[in-house]
Amino acid sequence: MNALRRHRALTRIWASDPGWKGWFTTVNHTDLGRMFLFVAVFFFVIGGILAMLIRAQLATPRSAFVGPDIYNQIFTMHGTIMMFLFAIPLFEGLAVYLLPKILGTRDLAFPRLTAYGFWCYVFGGSLLIVSLLAGIAPDSGWFMYPPLSSRIASPGINTDFWLLGITFVEISAICASVEITVTVLRYRAPGMSLPRMPIFAWYALVTAVMILTGFPPLILGSILLELERAFGMPFFQVEHGGDSLLWQHLFWLFGHPEVYIIFLPAAGVVSMILPVMARTTLLGYGWIVAAAVTLGVLSFGLWVHHMFTTGIPHMGLAFFSAASTLVAVPTGVQIFAWIGTIWKGSPQLKLPMMWILAFFATFVIGGLTGVMVAVVPFDWQVHDTHFIVAHLHYVLVGGFVFPMLAALYYWMPHATGRKRFFKLGETAFWLISIGFHVTFLAVHWVGLLGQRRRIHTYDEGQGWEVINLVASVGGFVTAVGFALVIVDVALNAAVAIRGSRDPWQAGTLEWAMPTPPPAYNFASLPLIESRNPLYDDPDLPVCLVRGEGYLGDPSRGRRETLTLEVASGKPAYVVIFPTNTALPILMAFVTGGIFVGMLLKLYWLVPLAALGVAAIVVRWVWSLGSKRDEGPLEVGRGLTLPLASEAADPPGWWGSLFLLLANATLFGSLLFGYAFLWTVAPNWPPPNYLEPGLVGPALVLGGTALSMAGIRLARWKLRCGGGPWLGLLLSVVGAVGTGMAAGTLLLRTSFDAHAYSATIWVIGGYVLFHAGLVGGMITFLTLRAAAGYVAGRRVGEARIVQLWIDYTAAVALLGLGVAWLPGVLT
Amino acid sequence: MLAGATVIFLFVMTLLVLAFSRGPAPASAQADEAREKVWIVGLGIGFSVTVLAALLTYGLVVGERLLPRPGPEVVTVRAEGRQWAWSFSYADAPGHVTEGVLHIPAGRPVDVQVTTVDVIHSFWVPQLAGKLDAIPGHVNVLRIEAWAPGDYAGVSSEYNGPGYKDHVFTVRAHDEAGWIAFLAGGER
Repeated sequence: MNALRRHRALTRIWASDPGWKGWFTTVNHTDLGRMFLFVAVFFFVIGGILAMLIRAQLATPRSAFVGPDIYNQIFTMHGTIMMFLFAIPLFEGLAVYLLPKILGTRDLAFPRLTAYGFWCYVFGGSLLIVSLLAGIAPDSGWFMYPPLSSRIASPGINTDFWLLGITFVEISAICASVEITVTVLRYRAPGMSLPRMPIFAWYALVTAVMILTGFPPLILGSILLELERAFGMPFFQVEHGGDSLLWQHLFWLFGHPEVYIIFLPAAGVVSMILPVMARTTLLGYGWIVAAAVTLGVLSFGLWVHHMFTTGIPHMGLAFFSAASTLVAVPTGVQIFAWIGTIWKGSPQLKLPMMWILAFFATFVIGGLTGVMVAVVPFDWQVHDTHFIVAHLHYVLVGGFVFPMLAALYYWMPHATGRKRFFKLGETAFWLISIGFHVTFLAVHWVGLLGQRRRIHTYDEGQGWEVINLVASVGGFVTAVGFALVIVDVALNAAVAIRGSRDPWQAGTLEWAMPTPPPAYNFASLPLIESRNPLYDDPDLPVCLVRGEGYLGDPSRGRRETLTLEVASGKPAYVVIFPTNTALPILMAFVTGGIFVGMLLKLYWLVPLAALGVAAIVVRWVWSLGSKRDEGPLEVGRGLTLPLASEAADPPGWWGSLFLLLANATLFGSLLFGYAFLWTVAPNWPPPNYLEPGLVGPALVLGGTALSMAGIRLARWKLRCGGGPWLGLLLSVVGAVGTGMAAGTLLLRTSFDAHAYSATIWVIGGYVLFHAGLVGGMITFLTLRAAAGYVAGRRVGEARIVQLWIDYTAAVALLGLGVAWLPGVLT
Repeated sequence: MLAGATVIFLFVMTLLVLAFSRGPAPASAQADEAREKVWIVGLGIGFSVTVLAALLTYGLVVGERLLPRPGPEVVTVRAEGRQWAWSFSYADAPGHVTEGVLHIPAGRPVDVQVTTVDVIHSFWVPQLAGKLDAIPGHVNVLRIEAWAPGDYAGVSSEYNGPGYKDHVFTVRAHDEAGWIAFLAGGER
């Protein structure tokens, strides 16, 4: 088979559906990555227009351009869109597009999940844009502090759009992160051990794990606030035992890691591009990986520095002030490693490099002002002034947008296969970088003069007029620059001349494929022996196209790739990917029913949509697997590997593991909230505590023991070739018992009496939901076993169900235990 | 702090400019090891830790000085925020409530008990002290002190809805005679 025929055969297997239909049924990571990036840029344009409205309003004192009602919507939506609908999805898009290519594999771990996440993002983001167009957008600030966002101070639907729209969008962040984590850990080219991974993969891994542990506190907070608004469960109402500070803790538990979730992918991009631009290799690879991990860990210890003015005890302030300055150390390590890399090589001043230099200048200033505000007495003065606005724009624009522009110009030849011809990019560079600094240096200054954030206008005579006008002019220059970038990209993507395959002479694998990339990425998968395989063997692309690597034979006619053992890079098993399907968009649409039902108070729609989602999930999962053992497969170069469905730890097990990590963080945040209210909130204790009695504890102990023992018995029977039926029956009975124990909590407390009983309801509801979920999973497993999918070597699904059963047992014992604890103590 | 930040910024930028004006450097594993020592251990860790430790110590010492400490001289007042007004009451004159103007004696430390009846506000008199939030159900204590009699402008500095811009107040510091007169009910 020659290269062209192999290309045609693989394209037939991997291509998305032709025409417009392909947009809705594609599960291909290149397509979905591009769609993610396109939609993220679309939202960036909307957020940018809002920014210009803000600057138009503030350009002159006593401006009559918009009143406070509209202005409050504008700044709330500017922040919300840029954070949730632009920055995070742009990272997801970049990772979705790039990761399989730099890792040397053919797609992400769960292609349909990529598509589902993408559509959740589109639908959730659309909800917010609809509210903006209708003039009923959220207006309590992007941080949504109750009681300002509670029903008393914000009775309208505005806040609900935020809480529900953002939670809907966050489904996509969780999906993408599970996907990225499993892909980086398992889906790489043979031989690519962890220390041989391209540096961006490390950054993406750290970022994804941070999203899995950073977003759940906010998701929980949004759920609690929505429950309070919809049903009067008083989590944040002080007169009923709630506390508005709980929201601030949950919000910043998310909000501070969020800053690093945005910065780390950008740092990953810089670490990829900078060495190529300096024609050398990265200095201190190991140090940089360590710095990224340290940054990820430390960033969870700093959330309180957003709350320095809320009356936190002084010892607490000192601790968090120290942690906030400490976080500058790993950042410093990265900055100096990059400068050292330039010193070591011979740098060339091409456009991506220019953006990296703009990043350096801007981000270093942002970091230094960040260290200033970590000093508590200084923060007490500048907190909630324009100084903070300027600081965060230096960090986010300098630390994220500029590196992403470098990434845009660096990888554009890869995505389009064309060479940049129109040189508008250089003009845009100067407009943006000069305009940006003019704007935000002025904003720093006016902040030090005392101009508060979020005031819709200001009076003359405070010395702010000229500075604000200068800031606004700078803002418009920046906007023109961004518009020029978009024109530049559109022109060069549409009409520029064809370019060469590896225009920058880079060493990583994404440049070892034809450009624009084919649907299958690599005609055959390479064997990796170093971090820069293209420097070792410049002929590698030709060998791969000739099918000299792994899985170069398309004759089995299905989408195959292979996975590795996590650390060593030794091939483990072959994965068969699903083909094009409209299930993801359908499921995202039905998921939207849950959110729209809550939003419009059509509560009957919520359980109906949830049942719809469950039905689609069953359909989705049923299509996987096989009714017979295929045995070891030939994968090329004399290697044989088993199929994923015959492995003990199939991809679904790994996906479940990281989904449960996010889930456990959500549950942990709930317990944190419970403990916080118990110890800090005024108006405690509640009138009376719940007494455990005997039935509840007996049910939960017996139920969890039975379900855990049952699934183990079923797996043991399967291994021996017998029927798993008795074990599955015991297991499902155990799940029912666990659910009934959780039910006693709901029956014996009133959900809206006190923050205590409301919290007990949420804990009980959480356990009940999980008992129902594993009950459904066990039933599903029983049907799969009856249909012949779970037998012989194909018992991975039973192991996945066991993971969920064990998790449910743990949260049931812990959750119900702490729910009963105050009743036992008093 | 600003001067220090400027120096560090110029230092980093100089390193960058120098990087561009140098020729290619020798490439070997040994050379890289030496570079890691200079750039990462020396500058990345050593330099950062030194600067940050100094700054942190400074911040903690200053913060400690600003802490409210009990003393015989201390006057206690209460500031209660609501959308969009402030009312003030006085431990030394029970039942005495002023709207929009907080009266204090000049030259004596004053503890302001900050709280709210509705949403979160923040009490900020830039010339007298940093800001402190007013949180439902909590009472936070801010120490302020005016050196000279006169009026000081105060603003709410936590976004609190459509009336945020004009949510302002005044702190009026009296000399000793004025303060005694105020407590006696001379000025409301």
